[in-house]
Amino acid sequence: MTFDRGEWAIVLLSVKIGGVAMLAALPIAYALAWMLARGRFPGKVLLDGVVHLPLVLPPVVTGWLLLLAFAPNGPIGGWLENWFGVSVLFRWTGAAIAAAVMALPLMVRAIRLSIEGVDRRLESVARTLGAGRARVFWSVTAPLSLPGVLAGMVLGFARALGEFGATITFVSNVPGETATLPIAIYSALQVPGGEAGVVRLAGMSVALSLIALVLSEWLARRNGRSGHVL
Amino acid sequence: MSFDIDVTVRLGEAVVGAVVPDDGLDSGLTVLFGPSGVGKSSVLNMVAGLLRPAAGHVRVGGATLFDSAAGIDVAVQDRRCGYVFQEPRLFPHRRVAANLRYGMARGTPPIGYDDMVALLGLAHLLDRWPATLSGGEAKRVAIGRALLSGARFLLMDEPLASLDRGRREEVMVAIERLRDTLRLPILYVTHDAAEAERLATRIVAM
Repeated sequence: MTFDRGEWAIVLLSVKIGGVAMLAALPIAYALAWMLARGRFPGKVLLDGVVHLPLVLPPVVTGWLLLLAFAPNGPIGGWLENWFGVSVLFRWTGAAIAAAVMALPLMVRAIRLSIEGVDRRLESVARTLGAGRARVFWSVTAPLSLPGVLAGMVLGFARALGEFGATITFVSNVPGETATLPIAIYSALQVPGGEAGVVRLAGMSVALSLIALVLSEWLARRNGRSGHVL
Repeated sequence: MSFDIDVTVRLGEAVVGAVVPDDGLDSGLTVLFGPSGVGKSSVLNMVAGLLRPAAGHVRVGGATLFDSAAGIDVAVQDRRCGYVFQEPRLFPHRRVAANLRYGMARGTPPIGYDDMVALLGLAHLLDRWPATLSGGEAKRVAIGRALLSGARFLLMDEPLASLDRGRREEVMVAIERLRDTLRLPILYVTHDAAEAERLATRIVAM
């Protein structure tokens, strides 16, 4: 089975969009997971709901809402246009935003669980040993919640890689910009005689997902843990 | 002056409190003695700053750590308190040596790292992960870690609980050695009369 240049470009584009989306969503996901796991504030239930919205909404609706927000006259799109003169519509950055929004709830869920699983008595010990808030976080809470972070990264990357509905609604199907693996597979299916390409791209999707999974298990092991990431 | 404590706190329905009068000595092991469930651990938490008393004061070695009347409440990390909890609570993601060194940034410990390792017999454990230690070994590491954090006093919460007879003796000997070599005030919680009898410089009932 050999790939032509166009197919390699699709794979690279998908990895770029999925990776950027996942990495950009990671700090936001950790902060949200932290607030949901530890925070006590009014509106927590509402925040929880909003974070999970992309998980339960039809992806097309999420894509359409993103389109409204990022359109040149929309609230975020207008701001980007005025200040930076850029637009994410029909661009790979837009596809990454859609993928990040769709991946966020899964990442928050995984990270939140592992933050809730951190033994808070260990944080108390760290404080009695002289650690201030920041050191307690970086030396105890963060490393102990790492399995959840890795799980969240795998889930987020896989979800971002598979994103279809929100992406195609938000930034359309532009070859070389927004046509990721699922969108390219869908397009190939519409073309008579495209089956061979479909098989290759689908095979690549399986391979990418497996690599992400194995990589994260390996990272977790190297970190001195025997548990599984997922 | 070792401990001068008078604290109360409301925990749900119960009011927990204790008075440890100033004994004029500057070291020694004070046993806080009483049956299970009277809130001895809560008193230690108040001395450490992990639990905020409703009223009262905590003074150790002449330094005021908490005084509700004067509005003083020193942060946990600044109290220079070595707290040995009932469970060892070692950091599972750090080897024994890294656990021991965790608090060393805070100040000069009463005894150096190498001396501590020798005193508590930890030399052969330094490269191990906490999960591989026996109960007695983990307890000794926890004691060493607390002392190396530049502690000016020690709090020990039933350090012999959940240890079998052999391990109890091993940890008890270590504690006696600390009591007699380091000039540190120790506040020690137990409900075991024989243990109190053997270790205490003085006993305060709760």
